[in-house]
Amino acid sequence: MANDIIAPENLVYKKPELMNDTPMHYCPGCSHGVVHKLVAEVIEEMGMSEKVVGVCPVGCAVFAYRYLDIDWQEAAHGRAPAVATAIKRLWPDRLVFTYQGDGDLACIGACETIHALNRGENLTMIFINNAIYGMTGGQMAPTTLIGQKTATCPYGRDPKIHGYPLNITELASHLEGTCYVTRQSVENVGAIRKAKAAIKKAFTASMEGKGSSLVEIVSTCNSGWKLSPVKANQWMEEHMFEKYVKGDLKNTLDE
Amino acid sequence: MKGNEAIANAAIRCGADAFFGYPITPQSEIIETLALLKPWETTGMVVVQAESEVSSINMVYGGAGAGKRVLTTSSSPGIALMQEGISYMAGAEIPGVIVNVQRGGPGLGTIQPSQSDYFQATRGGGNGDYNVIVLAPNSVQEMADFVDLAFELAFKYRNPAMILSDGVIGQMMEKVVLPPFKPRRTEEEVRKECPWATMGRTKDREPNILTSLELKPEVMELRNIHLQEKYQTIRDNEVRYEAQQCDDADYIIVSFGSAARIGEKAVELARAEGIKVGLFRPITLWPFPSKEIAAAAKGKKGILVSEINAGQMIQDVKLAVNGALPVEHFGRLGGIVPDPEEIVNVLKDKLMR
Amino acid sequence: MAKFKGAIVVNTDRCKGCQLCIVACPKDVIALAQKKVNVHGYPYVEAARPDDCIGCASCGVVCPDGCITVYKKKMED
Repeated sequence: MANDIIAPENLVYKKPELMNDTPMHYCPGCSHGVVHKLVAEVIEEMGMSEKVVGVCPVGCAVFAYRYLDIDWQEAAHGRAPAVATAIKRLWPDRLVFTYQGDGDLACIGACETIHALNRGENLTMIFINNAIYGMTGGQMAPTTLIGQKTATCPYGRDPKIHGYPLNITELASHLEGTCYVTRQSVENVGAIRKAKAAIKKAFTASMEGKGSSLVEIVSTCNSGWKLSPVKANQWMEEHMFEKYVKGDLKNTLDE
Repeated sequence: MKGNEAIANAAIRCGADAFFGYPITPQSEIIETLALLKPWETTGMVVVQAESEVSSINMVYGGAGAGKRVLTTSSSPGIALMQEGISYMAGAEIPGVIVNVQRGGPGLGTIQPSQSDYFQATRGGGNGDYNVIVLAPNSVQEMADFVDLAFELAFKYRNPAMILSDGVIGQMMEKVVLPPFKPRRTEEEVRKECPWATMGRTKDREPNILTSLELKPEVMELRNIHLQEKYQTIRDNEVRYEAQQCDDADYIIVSFGSAARIGEKAVELARAEGIKVGLFRPITLWPFPSKEIAAAAKGKKGILVSEINAGQMIQDVKLAVNGALPVEHFGRLGGIVPDPEEIVNVLKDKLMR
Repeated sequence: MAKFKGAIVVNTDRCKGCQLCIVACPKDVIALAQKKVNVHGYPYVEAARPDDCIGCASCGVVCPDGCITVYKKKMED
């Protein structure tokens, strides 16, 4: 009977066309893959496949350019907002976005992030916050929670030693150049649908010249957290959402 | 006009698409001139004051990576900050123009002129095996002329190109003939000249990906070999220099940029005293005119390398002549510009005794 | 009464066995293939109870690697 159902006219879901068949290097269950799919789906739905330039970071998503068949620039660590600023200023009719992790966007590139957002560049920053440095093997991130154990705070983050978690998305919401600042997640179907709507809203706003958008995706790093993918989602729901509260932090688009 | 103003005017006239920069003495007139001239209203050139030199160079990376003619300008400490970005540009083969109006160092140093960034400019400057094309202007006219030349070379070879000037040339006022107006390239022209540019992947081609990253050592070695072959092509084709009165000379002064201006006067003074001196001025500091210096030095009694630093270009001159004749150095430090008389005295002292 | 029947096709070479789809499936259709690994050495999932699939696509949506294609058909009975 399945053969009867499996026919092109009955298709309800497949991975987006822009996502190629190259196996992704991400760990099993990593949130990156879901967000990659959402970015690709939104680009396709907006009809911008031939008019989009992505800027990828240094970090786990350094190889994002291998998986989505669009033009990409690979930026130096933290510099994606500067790179994207120039691309957008020089090709204003292109869709330009950055895709960055917490180390890239909130730590080494905090200066570039804040200034690009504050200038109101017509671009979107997709911000994957998993509270840890995944690529380099699980060290402390600017967004690591107090008490959270990482390779460089093995006894738990202690504000007296390590300082406090940086809520850069909250900070971004106070910058005049931003039009849309939101925090989403991708642990279940409902959350994924909302995250996709947020990315679409941000991308659309950038094409309408409304200013900068920051879409934070609170994510898991099950390898870095040393949990199974399913348990990592639970840990995120139990611990991350308390500090990183989901929802729109700034939305001037619906006013 | 000032050398710095000449850079700004030439950039607009040669069809530059964007300037990204951060103010620093002694070159802030460049961005100030651009801000006054408002080229975004005429040619459509974008001018952005960035939040740092780090951002400036990465904006150059982004804009030039998207096929546009983009430049940034700074002075020594700011250029030091840009080295990461320049290395990434070299690795990803992104063309772009960087102007360094040098001041003395190390560290914050002084706002007075110097040529102490010669090593940094000609040895790559950042991490990895790479070279940047380096042009050294000795006049306000060359400041203007080299902007377009730097863009042409950068795009011809998909490589960063630097104009290595200094506070003397940047602040000096001279008459200058500005280059004729050249329109900015159209989208079609950019597509044709830069098929590698990231400007949106059309269905007729594979995605363009600009990156300096490659984890497989075998592939990374091939990429490095490709870069080295390109650098050799540049060495074979792009050496530029000027030789004055070298043919009958017994001694040669080798100087670049503002030091060559002083060197010209020193040659004049020496010849007035009956000492036959010529001047050899490398215009491209990389590729360095090694063969040409070796040829010019044949049969001479000695070379004085006069530069406004503690002895940097002298290494390239020594390599060029390979011990064939004595090579001595003269330089002033800390922002002091030498007198022509000093140079003649040093020449007599070090080479004629 | 019309009802919907679904079917999934898993790209088992791409699957990493993360099991997020197993949790997402409301009908308990999906399970890890027993004692099997794919070309990359990962365990992978399969439709263990395909007759229960309603074609809701939850598995496809949550799959980080885009391994699952979902079909849905209205059945007349």
